[in-house]
Amino acid sequence: MKYRGKVIVTLKPGVFDPQGVTIRSALHTLSYREVEEVKTGKYFEIVLELENLSQAEKRLQGMCDQLLSNPVIESYSYQIEEMKD
Amino acid sequence: MKFGIVVFPGSNCDYDCYHVLSQVLGVETVFIWYGDRNLKDCDCIVLPGGFSYGDYLRAGAIARFSPVMEKVKEFAENGGLVIGICNGFQVLTEAGILPGALLPNRDGRFICRHVYLRVENNQTPFTLLFTPGEVVKIPIAHQQGNFFIDPLCQEEAKKQVVFRYCSSEGEVGSRYNPNGSWENAAGIISREGNVLGMMPHPERAAEAILGSADGRRVFLSVIKWWEEKKWK
Repeated sequence: MKYRGKVIVTLKPGVFDPQGVTIRSALHTLSYREVEEVKTGKYFEIVLELENLSQAEKRLQGMCDQLLSNPVIESYSYQIEEMKD
Repeated sequence: MKFGIVVFPGSNCDYDCYHVLSQVLGVETVFIWYGDRNLKDCDCIVLPGGFSYGDYLRAGAIARFSPVMEKVKEFAENGGLVIGICNGFQVLTEAGILPGALLPNRDGRFICRHVYLRVENNQTPFTLLFTPGEVVKIPIAHQQGNFFIDPLCQEEAKKQVVFRYCSSEGEVGSRYNPNGSWENAAGIISREGNVLGMMPHPERAAEAILGSADGRRVFLSVIKWWEEKKWK
């Protein structure tokens, strides 16, 4: 079975995000004065081939913990679905 | 004694370190390829600066899984001396050999200039030739040197700060902190005292003709520490 995992990695609350701050001020310059906060993150799409969904989910979690996020500064969330061809 | 400089794909300060150690200080030095699982009997391992794996994902995040790092981790856990400079420091935090993480600089810019550092602790193998509170001039060149540590670990980590950013007079404060790092930290040491990570580049300040020779004492300290240990 083929599965597609969609992972979003974001900075934990309180971790400084200079990209977010810079983007916010650019939005202000473009007259989007209503913008209070911008937070940046990372998005990954991972296609994997495994026997079943629970295996795929377990492997995807492993990837998030080990490489895709740094637990000191980041947290992650994911969705996983079977790919229909 | 023998130094080993790890070469990752994208390291670019490896030859500077090699030059300082082998040519300026005349100590035996070898390169260690990132794919090797052998530290060639070195007594001190240097993880040099650069952009290992293009800083993809996070600086140091991929380099920490290269084969050589298994051995470096083992070596550090057994008390071996390890220095991570700039990207090398980032690799050490990603690998969990040193605590914390290095975030993008406060002002979002790459900074390349000389800075002043205050030596906070000279009771380490890397700083024994400095005096406590001494102000030294060593350049930085980084985009992600903003040292961050989880609030729960801060009390412990305060004792691990070896260098702080300061003024030329030794005054520590946020206006002298180039990147926003916690506690104005420029370099920290492991709890056991055998692993040093620092953002400034001592290898770029090892000859007076380059504007400062203060950095060479980091390496000379290691050599002296090793010689003294040998005779004990």
